[in-house]
Amino acid sequence: MNFYLTAFLLGLSLSVIAMGIFISMKIFNIPDITTDGSYTLGAVITAICLSHGYPLWLTYLLAVFGGALAGSITGFIHTKLKINALLAGILVMTALYSVNLSLLGRSNLPLLNVRNIFQSLSFISDIDRNTFFILLVITTLLWVGLSLMLKTDFGLAMRATGNSESMIKALGVDTDRMKIIGLAISNGLVATSGFLVAQYQGFADINMGIGIVIVGLGSVMIGEAISHWFNISSIWINILLVIAGSIAFQVVLAFTLSLGIDANLLKLITALFVLFIVSLPNLSFRKN
Amino acid sequence: MIELKNVSKTFNKGKANEVNALKNTSIKIEKGEFVVVIGENGSGKSTFLNLVAGNIYPSEGNIYLQGEDVTKLPEFGRSRWIARVFQNPLSGTASELSILTNFRLASLRTQRKKMVIGTNRKFVEKVKEQVSSLNMGLENKLEQSMGSLSGGQRQALTLLMSVMDEAKILLLDEPTAALDPRSAQLILKTADQLITQYGLTAVLVTHNLKDAYTHGNRILQFSEGEIIRDISSSEKEKIQQTDLYAWFE
Ligand SMILES: Nc1ncnc2c1ncn2[C@@H]1O[C@H](COP(=O)(O)OP(=O)(O)OP(=O)(O)O)[C@@H](O)[C@H]1O
Ligand SMILES: [Mg+2]
Repeated sequence: MNFYLTAFLLGLSLSVIAMGIFISMKIFNIPDITTDGSYTLGAVITAICLSHGYPLWLTYLLAVFGGALAGSITGFIHTKLKINALLAGILVMTALYSVNLSLLGRSNLPLLNVRNIFQSLSFISDIDRNTFFILLVITTLLWVGLSLMLKTDFGLAMRATGNSESMIKALGVDTDRMKIIGLAISNGLVATSGFLVAQYQGFADINMGIGIVIVGLGSVMIGEAISHWFNISSIWINILLVIAGSIAFQVVLAFTLSLGIDANLLKLITALFVLFIVSLPNLSFRKN
Repeated sequence: MIELKNVSKTFNKGKANEVNALKNTSIKIEKGEFVVVIGENGSGKSTFLNLVAGNIYPSEGNIYLQGEDVTKLPEFGRSRWIARVFQNPLSGTASELSILTNFRLASLRTQRKKMVIGTNRKFVEKVKEQVSSLNMGLENKLEQSMGSLSGGQRQALTLLMSVMDEAKILLLDEPTAALDPRSAQLILKTADQLITQYGLTAVLVTHNLKDAYTHGNRILQFSEGEIIRDISSSEKEKIQQTDLYAWFE
């Protein structure tokens, strides 16, 4: 049972990545690979700051800032230097590997004797419950914040940028600037997830981000499939479904591993699982 | 209101496929004029409109809107003056967003899109009132996505959207090309009404010579990147519809 609780908590932590991917992928239609690097960056900054005794709030601010900066660099390369978005993301992700490694100074930094967010903020004496509570509050806050933002005039302009660029330009929006801001927000969220996971797992690792974009993408796809199924247009529920998608994703992975499958095959299983979700609409379509 | 001074536009300069889409063109369009632009395919009509709108920049020459030099101002900066209706109904609206959201954004064309929720009851009522003037029954479907509407409905809404915020110039590039004859007439009738009601300066590109004859008060004929005819409103009153056909022989 503890196994599934761990998966559930990890799913909550990673749902913040899924929200970030929701912005880049669903709102802007940009496949953003920066994610792999900015997730690790968030974790690396968190590990370094906490082990140097920085306060939690400052640590978080720096982590988010790092992610947002990485995202805006990708946005800049894509819009101003007119480089394909996928390539721009790969470039920044690759560069971030070196940045992360030199920041960290080694490939793995454990957070053994530091007070993390789950210890600093204690509401419930039971550790697992307290962790669950904190993650739930953070995800809920981000869910509400993001949904509200997408309802504002600024958020509407953001959504139109990904949907009809010719229209929104004629309506006075600098779409380049909009995309840069969008990717900054997206990667700021991704770094937030790195901030949480580093503390949840108790370490930052240089390789922890490899393939994480797929996990986020898979969660978004699960959310979208359900949203499509029930014909849901509310942005609130759509983002909520993405969060649920992330939890479902981790639980399914945990289940697969509990069947005794080699942990080395985890990434392969992840990829196959996402492939399955992505192709599901096409497969069922053919039957009809 | 709109002025081009010695404007040229060359695509693929210096390459084998170099095109002089607009050649050393100077023209002045006064406030309140409704100019109809005609000319064969590839004669530079869209290039002219795009230069005014700012989604392409001139290779040479200057462009002025209300006396202000906007030659280097990007398209989003010119939305202060200009509202556009495109040939493709998909280009002027966001399919995945609701009618209401499209109107909300259109109502902020000349303003900053701030971090506030502006789609309130009062705004919904305003949009309802505007949309009901089309008599298409769309006023009760404001939450529907734009993508669920027909091309004609979308063009009609795009036209209305252009007057949701203060506009001075309306650019229409073959707005009825994708529509059936009845929808096309409705669009042009609506355009006529809005242009008069709001005192807009308008430029309409069309291949339909009957429309060119019935609408607007000035005709420009383009050919191979040049304006070869400029018919003022007093001259326009004297010509017959058949004269227009003769210009293309
Ligand atoms: N982006 C571009 N790149 C290269 N050539 C272009 C571009 N846009 C237009 N042209 C060329 O410029 C010339 C004028 O094109 P334009 O679109 O202005 O014609 P038009 O009068 O609008 O024609 P139509 O009636 O077919 O819409 C054409 O030869 C066209 O091929
Ligand atoms: Mg054209």
